[in-house]
Amino acid sequence: MAESTSGHSARYSRYSRYPRYGRVEEALRAYRLIAGMWLRASLAYRASFWITTVGNGVTSLLDFVVIAVMFQHTTVLGGWTLPQVAFLYGTSGLTLGLADLLVGSLDQLGQRVRDGSVDTVLVRPAAALAQLGADRFALRRAGRVVQNLLVLGWSLLELRLDWTLPKLLVMAVLVVCGTVIFGSVFVAGAAFQFFATDAAEVQNSVTYGGATMLQYPPSVFARDLVRGAVYGIPLAFVNWLPALYLLGVPDPVGVPGWFRFASPLAALLCATAAGLAWRAGIRSYRSTGS
Amino acid sequence: MARSVALAHPPDPDPTGPTGPTPLAALRARPGGSLRLYAAVARSSFRRYAGYRAATWAGVFTNTVFGFFIAYTYQALWQIRPHLGGYDLSAALTYVWLGQSLLMPVAAMGGGVQDDIEARIINGDIAVDLYRPVDQQVWWLAADLGRACYHLLSRGIAPLLVGSLFFRLRMPAGGAADQALTWVAALASVALAVTVSFLLRYLAALTGFWLMDPRGIRQVTVVLGMFFSGFLLPLSLLPSALAAVAQHLPWAAMVQIPLDVFLQRRTGAALAEGLLLQAGWAGLLLGAGQLLQRAVVRKVVVQGG
Amino acid sequence: MAIIEVEDVARTFTVRRKVGRLKRERSEVRAVDGLSFEVVAGEMVGYIGPNGAGKSTTIKMLTGILVPSEGRLRVAGADPSRERVRLARRIGVVFGQRTTLWWDLPLRDSYELARRIYRIEDARYRHNLDRCIELLELGPLLGVPVRQLSLGQRMRGDIAAALLHDPEVLYLDEPTIGLDVISKNRVREFLAEINAEAGTTVLLTTHDLTDIERLCSRVMVIDHGRVVYDGSLEGLHGIGGSERTLVVDLATPQPDPITVPGARVVRMEGPRQWLAFPSADSAAPLVAAIAARYPLVDLSVKEPAIEDVIARMYGGEVGREMEAVSG
Repeated sequence: MAESTSGHSARYSRYSRYPRYGRVEEALRAYRLIAGMWLRASLAYRASFWITTVGNGVTSLLDFVVIAVMFQHTTVLGGWTLPQVAFLYGTSGLTLGLADLLVGSLDQLGQRVRDGSVDTVLVRPAAALAQLGADRFALRRAGRVVQNLLVLGWSLLELRLDWTLPKLLVMAVLVVCGTVIFGSVFVAGAAFQFFATDAAEVQNSVTYGGATMLQYPPSVFARDLVRGAVYGIPLAFVNWLPALYLLGVPDPVGVPGWFRFASPLAALLCATAAGLAWRAGIRSYRSTGS
Repeated sequence: MARSVALAHPPDPDPTGPTGPTPLAALRARPGGSLRLYAAVARSSFRRYAGYRAATWAGVFTNTVFGFFIAYTYQALWQIRPHLGGYDLSAALTYVWLGQSLLMPVAAMGGGVQDDIEARIINGDIAVDLYRPVDQQVWWLAADLGRACYHLLSRGIAPLLVGSLFFRLRMPAGGAADQALTWVAALASVALAVTVSFLLRYLAALTGFWLMDPRGIRQVTVVLGMFFSGFLLPLSLLPSALAAVAQHLPWAAMVQIPLDVFLQRRTGAALAEGLLLQAGWAGLLLGAGQLLQRAVVRKVVVQGG
Repeated sequence: MAIIEVEDVARTFTVRRKVGRLKRERSEVRAVDGLSFEVVAGEMVGYIGPNGAGKSTTIKMLTGILVPSEGRLRVAGADPSRERVRLARRIGVVFGQRTTLWWDLPLRDSYELARRIYRIEDARYRHNLDRCIELLELGPLLGVPVRQLSLGQRMRGDIAAALLHDPEVLYLDEPTIGLDVISKNRVREFLAEINAEAGTTVLLTTHDLTDIERLCSRVMVIDHGRVVYDGSLEGLHGIGGSERTLVVDLATPQPDPITVPGARVVRMEGPRQWLAFPSADSAAPLVAAIAARYPLVDLSVKEPAIEDVIARMYGGEVGREMEAVSG
């Protein structure tokens, strides 16, 4: 409607003039734009924002209170000391918290499928995953991240690890790969909701349930359960395996030694699987319309 | 911990709807009318939740997975301290699985009719509700009891069965009369637990009437409820002074007391004391709810909603 | 040049139905079946049919949301389901019952987001936004959070949002549903204007046939997943034995109904009488016959209510006839 004289051939040339942006770059840009909108919308209710942020932190602190109370009655749990368990708690909660902050809204996808708002996402010129991942972006979820960082900081002070370059590197890799693994679970769980729109709670058992499991030493759990976390849904690569190396703790189940450094591989596998699941989910949605 | 799932359904357990064409007034007019009415509300609420089968299975699965994870951590602790807090290992493991079973029925993480009432406060329908010729508190209590019944039968029983396959759980022991008494007392205690939980959630939801965003108060009540109900850890594990206080707070009525009744940690006088404590809190909170409800009505009348 | 091409398109869904307490039955439903039509660039087409006829399914396939089971679709030369993201820059969509605006933010912010998501050049954005503000009277609303807008205001806001990136094709799904008369008129005038001015192709589904009377020279009626009529609005009236009404004002009230061949009186009120006659017939001989025998003061011819025509078609009496006409 810009100029009444524009014929359609002129229009076509105008569209072809768009520079070709990379798909990933374009998706990240859409994510940033939409998350920014939600951020501004949430700041419209400033008091409520702060209350819920603190509330999120306090809620996630509860799990640590439980651990602290347990250590009132024992000095070690599964052979691990309180600072060591606090390290597991902090890394588990930090990576889950970051993933939740970034793509946590995906766990309400079934709701969006039911109310039809996925359609409005699919008519915009951006990847659906980026748009839906940014949907209802809520900075208040950073409450969990901050709270876990505090516990992690305390545990590192207590542990007095002897930091070497490889250890620093493994620590950084832990945070990034842990976030990717949990993020992949959120994406795969969302993909599942394309098929079962009411079953949002299933993924809680892997995300929140998995994070609860990772707060405790692997030696606490049945060997089969730990193996499942190594070879099945590879949550063990989030913090258990890197922690064996970082804290110098013996491996309770006997997995190959190099697994302690294999988190990037596990993260890559998870992300690939989640990507495929997402594509299957979107394809199913687009062939059933519901 | 697992976040509660807000089910997407119309927030109106209207007895004139799904239960049949019997109009509200007709139900009340019959002998014992009010009771019939509230029974109808409870039934319709039960059916509403029963309609979400996938959600039920998803919930059973999640409760079961959490049950496993927490049971192993308890096991590790009780292997080191075999009689910690007065529970032996098998009692402690039973505590975990029963806790998972009660989590949804007593809505320890909030929700149930709380979601419905909050939604109705936000969209303003609550003003209409208050003019209905039924007591709102009792109406919603009936609806929540219906919901709790469904959750007890579905999400309560299934995880417990799975748990008993993998762990040695403790069932009521003693002579037939003792066992029967324990089961009856435990069920009564669960009913009181749901009632106290509802009354607390009702107070929290109505407070939302004065607040822009009910999420803050909700988070506070969930944190208090999760911890002081004994859902996360038996209260006897807390430092003794705190434990003594916590045992008598209303949240203890939600999980700790019914579980102790089932585990026969409360028998004789202690059993009576536990049930009385629950009933006492129920009475007190009922009164508080009535007062708050009246304040809401006044506010609606004055401001026109 | 056809900008929308639909060729033998079908879309089937598997529906699970509850049978008794536990059993569920699977069955296949063909929401759209053998659908074919073309829309030329710059056309404004009304797409109507009863609920469940396949209108939404068609729109979803044309926007690329839904992949067709069979057949071929082309919009602006592209296959919508394969090139969804690329096509999204060239189409605009308004879902009447679902807003794409940001609930808690001022209206203006939703447009800012569209500018950046669609990468609209500054000058073009400003020009298009100004035009929308002027024609849809959005000026005073720009700073208002969307949640505070009325339904009509929100719909105007949504339509503007769908047009900022100069789409070549605009799909409107029930754009006037729930609006008051003034809002409806404003929306209609605006759509007519952008269609005339920018040559935007418009495909609109509606239950309000006034939308079509005012806007569309062409109507497609869909039922059971296929096009049962495709042609002008007038043509639709001529089908299925529908009747027009001649309203006659006489100088003095007559005690008896007018008797003329080829028409019958359906209503009398003082000096005014209503005569129904077949739509296909000309009114002229009728008027002449009446004027010859009665003192005529005024007269007018009323077209049949389009609702009745459609209702007849849906009644199935004339379904076959329709297909023959549109075929």
